[in-house]
Parts: sequence; C-alpha cells; structure tokens
Amino acid sequence: MTVRVQTADFDVGHELALLRGGDRRVGAVAAFIGTVRDVNDDATVATLTLEHYPGMTEKALTAIVDEAKSRWDIVDALVIHRVGALAPADQIVLVGVTSAHRGEAFAACEFIMDYLKTRAPFWKKEATPDGLRWVDARASDDDAAARWNVTPGTKA
Amino acid sequence: MRDAPAPTLTLVYLARLRDAFGASGENVVLPAEVTTAAQLRAWLAARGGAWAIELAPGRAVRIAVNHDIAHPETPVQPGDEVALLPPVTGG
Repeated sequence: MTVRVQTADFDVGHELALLRGGDRRVGAVAAFIGTVRDVNDDATVATLTLEHYPGMTEKALTAIVDEAKSRWDIVDALVIHRVGALAPADQIVLVGVTSAHRGEAFAACEFIMDYLKTRAPFWKKEATPDGLRWVDARASDDDAAARWNVTPGTKA
Repeated sequence: MRDAPAPTLTLVYLARLRDAFGASGENVVLPAEVTTAAQLRAWLAARGGAWAIELAPGRAVRIAVNHDIAHPETPVQPGDEVALLPPVTGG
C-alpha cells in the first residue's frame, strides 16, 4: 500500500507501473484522477489552495485503504493527494487499485474516493474574482459515501 | 516517581475555523469537569463570539483526538492533541 501527500505533481503512468510492479496475480488496474475545475458554484476559479492536517491525513488515508482491502479481494492500492497551490486543470488526486478481476478494482477504487471525499482531512480554498473562499462540503459527497454502508438484504 | 503528566491540552484549528478563531491553535488547561470531546466543544463555545457561532449545536464540526475522529463521549485529557475540523473538501 502506498499513501502519499505531496505538493509536487505526479506521473500517472509511472505511479501505476510501480503499483502493478510486474505482479502476475494482477489482471485489472483501476485508476481515478481528480483534477481542478475552473468553475465551482458559478464562480471562476483562478487558483486553489489545498491544506491538510499533517499527521492525521496519512493515518486517515491508510485507514480508508485498509477498509477497502477488508471489503474487496484486491492486490494493492495507491493514494496520492496533492496539497498547496493548484491551478485549473492540475491533477489533485490519484487513486489506483490492482486486483485479479475488474469488478473488485472498480469498486474498491470508487469506495476509496468516496471515503476520501468525506473522511480525509483536506480543505480547498478558492481564489475567485470575489476573493478567497473556503469551499463548502457537498451533501452529494456524503450520499456517495453512505451508499457503501448498505448491508446485503437492505435497500438504500 | 513518575513524571507529572503535561498540564495542558493542545488545540488545533483547521481551515475555516482557523480563520474564524484567528489562530492555528493554542494550549489550554482543562477545567476538571471537561473530560470528553463533547464537553470540550461546549466549554469552547461558552467563550462566545466566533466560538459560540462556529461550535453551536448542529454546526458540522468534527473533533479529532490524537489524529483519530472522536465521538462525543471520547475522553480528552492533558497531553492530548485535539483538532477542530470543518467538513472536509479534498479529492
């Protein structure tokens, strides 16, 4: 498992090659890349600053990946999240998951992103023409994370 | 003899709450009756002003004790690092 918080950009091809590592058990690699939108809530975003809570962030991300590993039969997982100043179209986050078959890789990758959005201590501050503002959390992110709590035999 | 425990608890204020409180954190001496995360939140809210507004019941603020998300009943004690977190917006 790899969990990293960094200011530098990342090379997706390089990171996924490291994640696969030539492991012959791997038959599927699912990846998600989050990037900076230039419009959020009807305001043009010039720059975005991402801050986090050092010490807790890595612990929270590791716990999320551990949870994914306990739910799905995956081989390995990777989370890289950037902090600091970012511009529209920049990469923010990479989640990669390897498994024998695609179903586990797709599901675990989406689960990790949904949990990251609601549980990992990151905050976005946008610079817009109206000034600096902290981005508000979205109820839709809570809904996305909550659907993973559904147990077999129940309906959401 | 053992060393006496640290007499203060470290508070960390993050993101919007840091701006609202005008500080990134502080060390506080807890009154004897403050022993849980919920009691700590109420004690801070009783300062009034931005504290009362941001920490009012129903406001979405999470508390982390020593880097783990806490429940209202999670114990807090001198030596702990307790962070107040607004809703997260990463990813």
